Amino acid sequence: MIYEPSFVAVAIFCVFVGFTLGLSFWLGSRAKSSAGYFAAHGQIPWFVNGIAFAGDYLSAASFLGICGMIAFYGYDGFLYSIGYLAGWIVALFVVAEPMKRLGRFTFADALDAKFQSRGIKLAAGISTLAVSVFYLIPQMVGAGVLVQPLLGFPHWVGVLMVGATVIVIVVTAGMVSTTWVQFLKGSLLVVFSAVLTGMILARGFTVKPGGDDGYAFRTLGPIDVSGVIEEEIAALPELDGEELVVPKGAWTESPFVRTRDPQDGAVTVWSLEEQKSSGTVLLREAQTVTETADGQLLVNGRPKGDEKGEPELHPVGHVTKLPDGQTKTGPVGLLSFFSTLQESEVVLWGNEKIREDDGTVTTVYYQRPTAGSRILRPGEHPRFAGIRSGKFIDKLNFLSLMLALFCGTASLPHILIRYYTVKDEASARKSTIVGIASIGFFYVLTLYLGLGAMTSGAMDVTNSNMAAPLLAKGMSELLFAIISAIAFTTVLGTVSGLILASAGAVTHDLLTNVFNMDLSDTEKVRVAKISSVVVGAVAIVLGILFEELNVSYLVGWAFSVAASANLPSLVMILFWKGTTRQGVIAAVVVGMTSSLAWILLSGDTFSKVYGLPAEDAIVPFSQPGIVTIPLGFLTLVAVSLLTRSSRPGEPLAETV
Amino acid sequence: MQARQGRIGLILFAIYLVLYGGFVLLNAFAPEMMERLPFAGINLAILYGFGLIVAAFLLAMLYGFLCGDHTRSKGPQEGGE
Repeated sequence: MIYEPSFVAVAIFCVFVGFTLGLSFWLGSRAKSSAGYFAAHGQIPWFVNGIAFAGDYLSAASFLGICGMIAFYGYDGFLYSIGYLAGWIVALFVVAEPMKRLGRFTFADALDAKFQSRGIKLAAGISTLAVSVFYLIPQMVGAGVLVQPLLGFPHWVGVLMVGATVIVIVVTAGMVSTTWVQFLKGSLLVVFSAVLTGMILARGFTVKPGGDDGYAFRTLGPIDVSGVIEEEIAALPELDGEELVVPKGAWTESPFVRTRDPQDGAVTVWSLEEQKSSGTVLLREAQTVTETADGQLLVNGRPKGDEKGEPELHPVGHVTKLPDGQTKTGPVGLLSFFSTLQESEVVLWGNEKIREDDGTVTTVYYQRPTAGSRILRPGEHPRFAGIRSGKFIDKLNFLSLMLALFCGTASLPHILIRYYTVKDEASARKSTIVGIASIGFFYVLTLYLGLGAMTSGAMDVTNSNMAAPLLAKGMSELLFAIISAIAFTTVLGTVSGLILASAGAVTHDLLTNVFNMDLSDTEKVRVAKISSVVVGAVAIVLGILFEELNVSYLVGWAFSVAASANLPSLVMILFWKGTTRQGVIAAVVVGMTSSLAWILLSGDTFSKVYGLPAEDAIVPFSQPGIVTIPLGFLTLVAVSLLTRSSRPGEPLAETV
Repeated sequence: MQARQGRIGLILFAIYLVLYGGFVLLNAFAPEMMERLPFAGINLAILYGFGLIVAAFLLAMLYGFLCGDHTRSKGPQEGGE
């Protein structure tokens, strides 16, 4: 698709960022001490902190990733919404208040509150850094993905812009500024998502032959399979002048047929769709992106253009059937949105790469008309298809992921540090409740947004991350500009929180407590700012390097590692008096390394990162959670029992 | 007070765990059930999913209400910065 940099988008974007930076400088004057830098003096009002939780938590993965996944595959993206939100229940009922009670600035503080052990601080500090960096990579990649089509800049520019802006924010004012940025971003995200949802409902569904550009995708046939297919196809009257291309090489095995336009030589690919009921086959027009061996880029058989009107991929997302033969539903309600879709048919798109011997690679985007009842049920996305397989091992992968999401939220260091920005436990509790309300409301909206994008006719078939912004663009240029700017500041908000958590780990946990560097308070703040810059720079580099990797995949990594490394210790410290410091250290280390190792040896990583066949993977399924989280608990219990004599003198439940 | 709040927290957590666990296990072992249409032409997958989100909010509000404004204890405050 051709994305024209929208002047309005750039302008609004600059206003947002400018306002954010201004706020940051103004608030910066108040954050001179380390209590101010890391924990905003514990003076953030609970309501603000609650919305800031939302602003912190609802990252690019939530807004862009989940909506995009739902737009392309249906219900399955919503499983992430459910899992992510459920994690907040763990945070509220199990972790929030005890965390507040146990620590001062960081997660390592809480873990170490009763032990005063450098080993614990080291393990926890490293765990914080590791999880935060893993979480940073998808955010930075997300920034690049957003900026490219919106502002027309290449990927690395987007990454650099986010990195630089965040570093400035975090260095000038630390937690105070970060909190207000996240509060602002959280409110805007929720409000405008609600507006967009309202517009989706008001628009309703309309049967269309193609996307927003008006191009009607052709369907040929039905062809009788009993005869010779090539002759049948060549005899089709609609194929006015186009000749059939004889399949060779990689094309012979593929489920596609190609025709050539004799006038300009452009090749159109058609997918073969079996009609099981009548034993015939339909030909559906597909879209293609071809990269020739000498670097030329062809779209649908013609050289890709740069300006509007020149050859490009058509926007997609159309409804082919509505209930009771309607062609237009008019405005729909919150519930009838789903019941209508349930009885409709929508064209989804699959993709397949064909590699030819001469080095030409063609990606075919083919139509998959899908019934609404299938779209709205779980298990359509390849990652979740395991639930429908008869094999227990595939179901295990699903269970493992849902467990990691459930346990992961409460274990994320950049969320945990937000408990220290309010003044007492009651505030910690209330702010978590506000957080849950706003985050929950937003996740309800994601289902509407995703399905609305799926039927919007504005989607880019190559890029699911753009589904939500493109949906807005199809509605209103202004809304698109605002949503894009919000999406971008979404990344800013989350990245700020992550860098702050990392800076805290380095300064407070590692340097001060492990290496016993005696720093004055001002020095600590300065070191924190320097580490923010360093971590920010590392994040920029990694974001550029990992451009190709799937964003939600990386976030899943971070959740699994966080849940395996952090949750067992956090929970056992609160509920089991037999916990020893060696047990905690062992649990953090074992949880972190086992989940990392599992991920590196999994089928997903093999195929997506190393480019090796997934079947060669060493571990039986990809999500480590269901193995490594219990492993963390077991390690803690086992090691604690072995080191019984090092138990602290006082029972943990009492306050010191 | 602290013990009471702790217990309320764990009970509510257990309730949610059952609800969430039910959802996850149904999806894993009986996915066909999720396609049923129990209400207003909407399938169980969507209803249960929304239900979990609403339940999270309600349980959170209930917890807040039951705990009142009490803090479990006065934890370590920022001493003299």
